[in-house]
Amino acid sequence: MKNLQINSKFIPLLITIALFVVLFAAGSVSYRGFFSMQVVLNLLVDNSFLIIVALSQAMIIILGGIDLSCGALIALSSMVAAYSMSHLNLPPALAILAVLIVCSLFGFVQGWLITYRKFQPFIATLCGMFIARGLCFMINQDTVPITDPFFVSMATMRIKLMPGATISSSVIIALVMLALYIYIAHYTKFGRAIYAVGGNEQSARLMGLPVDRTKVLAYTLSGFTSGIAGIVFCFYMLSAYGLNAMALEMDAIAAAVIGGTLMTGGVGFVIGSVFGVMIEGIMQTLITFQGDLNSWWTRIAVAFLLCVFIVVQRVLVLRREAKKRIRPVEFIE
Amino acid sequence: METRNKMNRRLIDHQLFWPLFALTVLLVFDFFYIKGFFHLEIIEGHLYGSLIDIVNRATPLMFLAIGMTLVIASGGIDISVGSVLAISGAISALMIGGDLVFVDGVQHYVARYPILVAIFVALVVSVICGIWNGLLIAKLGVNAMVGTLILLVAGRGIAQLIVDGNVITVYYEPFFYIGSGFFLGLPFSIYLVAAFLGLIMWLIKKTAFGLFLESIGSNRVSSRFTGLDVQKIMWACYAISGLCAGIAGIIVASEVKSADANNAGVFIELDAILSVVLGGNSMAGGRFSVIGSVIGALVVQTLTTTIYAIGVPPEITMVVKALVVIVIYLIQSQMGKKTVKRTVKTSAGETALKTQEAKA
Repeated sequence: MKNLQINSKFIPLLITIALFVVLFAAGSVSYRGFFSMQVVLNLLVDNSFLIIVALSQAMIIILGGIDLSCGALIALSSMVAAYSMSHLNLPPALAILAVLIVCSLFGFVQGWLITYRKFQPFIATLCGMFIARGLCFMINQDTVPITDPFFVSMATMRIKLMPGATISSSVIIALVMLALYIYIAHYTKFGRAIYAVGGNEQSARLMGLPVDRTKVLAYTLSGFTSGIAGIVFCFYMLSAYGLNAMALEMDAIAAAVIGGTLMTGGVGFVIGSVFGVMIEGIMQTLITFQGDLNSWWTRIAVAFLLCVFIVVQRVLVLRREAKKRIRPVEFIE
Repeated sequence: METRNKMNRRLIDHQLFWPLFALTVLLVFDFFYIKGFFHLEIIEGHLYGSLIDIVNRATPLMFLAIGMTLVIASGGIDISVGSVLAISGAISALMIGGDLVFVDGVQHYVARYPILVAIFVALVVSVICGIWNGLLIAKLGVNAMVGTLILLVAGRGIAQLIVDGNVITVYYEPFFYIGSGFFLGLPFSIYLVAAFLGLIMWLIKKTAFGLFLESIGSNRVSSRFTGLDVQKIMWACYAISGLCAGIAGIIVASEVKSADANNAGVFIELDAILSVVLGGNSMAGGRFSVIGSVIGALVVQTLTTTIYAIGVPPEITMVVKALVVIVIYLIQSQMGKKTVKRTVKTSAGETALKTQEAKA
């Protein structure tokens, strides 16, 4: 019985990984040049910032909340970085520090509003998103190029894994963030508290867990992570514009859900988000390889997958609830 | 019971008080800082002026706000309205289009399909979108935000496929009447809102629908135990919201004389939610006021127009909107605390729990 339960927890994640493999296999069979290491690595290279925000999104969804501000925070952080270097002549290290402070602050205030002022996470982060986008345009209304040598060298740096397969520095940062998130989620008290709060806030409180602190900290971490993603985005784009990373939060949420994180909170794996992003990426690649399809099919395909996964999740939850009802009988036996 | 009634009445008064207050403050500000803001003039029998302009521009948002109010009252949310708006605009523009024909050497634009058919199809598709949302949320019990997220992501893609990635320009003139025509001196779209609002108010006040809606928004489980068909009511809410988005889409397409699937209604769902919140409605569902949301939509539009008029970069609107919502929410949460405290005094049973909640 216990084995089966653990299995059901892994089902969405396993489906996701299997789907990724199937999609990749299908692409390899159908298109010449699809089956290569570089195609897979490019998924990481082109989506590293999305992977990073999808990690924090998964964490927040596990907590039982939602963070809509991450796309806008990416735009804001690239704008802060670009502006502080080009107009204020700050060294890159200070610019990055400024970005991280601003984003963490955003996260903290959102967390505070949600936790202590009982804002709905949706509303609080929506406000955060509006403010961040607005601030971008208050700082500068045009595209600000990034010419700082450090940023340029990070952007152009390629690390050779094997002949014909390279990754960018962004991928390294994304992988480090992944490791950090796995550590936080599964090996720290804070991570356990997040799962507990997401599962049932009331009982987490009654268990004596520091619910409020956990929530504020989680949102602050999410803001911080968006800042990191913003810097990675700078490496990718080498410019900043207020409308960059539009609707990225939706992609991040979709990635987290496809990655097996339950929207009801309390269940999920941060690593699932990586596969969620990879699936979104591989569908984009497939459509590019196909060549004659409208790129909007990507959106529709992502939405379709999202739909399938949500329905699967519902079924799993309903099954679990049914199981819960039987449990007392087993206990008597 | 009587004291309870009095309290309820006071709360209802309260609900409309704040949105109206916000509107008044904005208008007073405009009166002092923007020259000729209240200036109305009649040109060729049409009434022109900033005030008319605001109402006219706010009509798509008012429609969305009406639908959103019902959905939020049922305890859900509909973030797909922007995409549905784009779909409806795309369909109506594509079906009407306007082919150039020469009649006796004079050029005419003729609609591809009769205008009523085009509008009907667009609205039916919008309602189907709403029903799809209802299927996921009411029937399958998916979280409302996630359920409508699917259509938000897919809808814009679908709209793009309908117009094949192009911006469809409409040349058929009668179609423009919906968004920019005048009837008895006032913009035609105002009458549309008024008529639709009347219909919804009738539905809420004169049928049991309003009561049922309030009931399932306050407590879904107990409503089900009372014997209400919760699913059907929620389904109706999402369908109405889809319909509203569809009408808004047609108005927008008619106003700008084209359908731009990429940019039509981007972020308008947020404005709609904002209108509902500004209208004094609780995001948690239950008690609601459609009129409040319509006033909320007016406040949003007045705010936007004001910001344009005083020459601040338009992007600041977003910051101001966000700050307004935060302030309103802070006020709401303070009031919420007070009500909790009041109930704690009266009901001894759950005292401990509620004070804990109030503290947190």
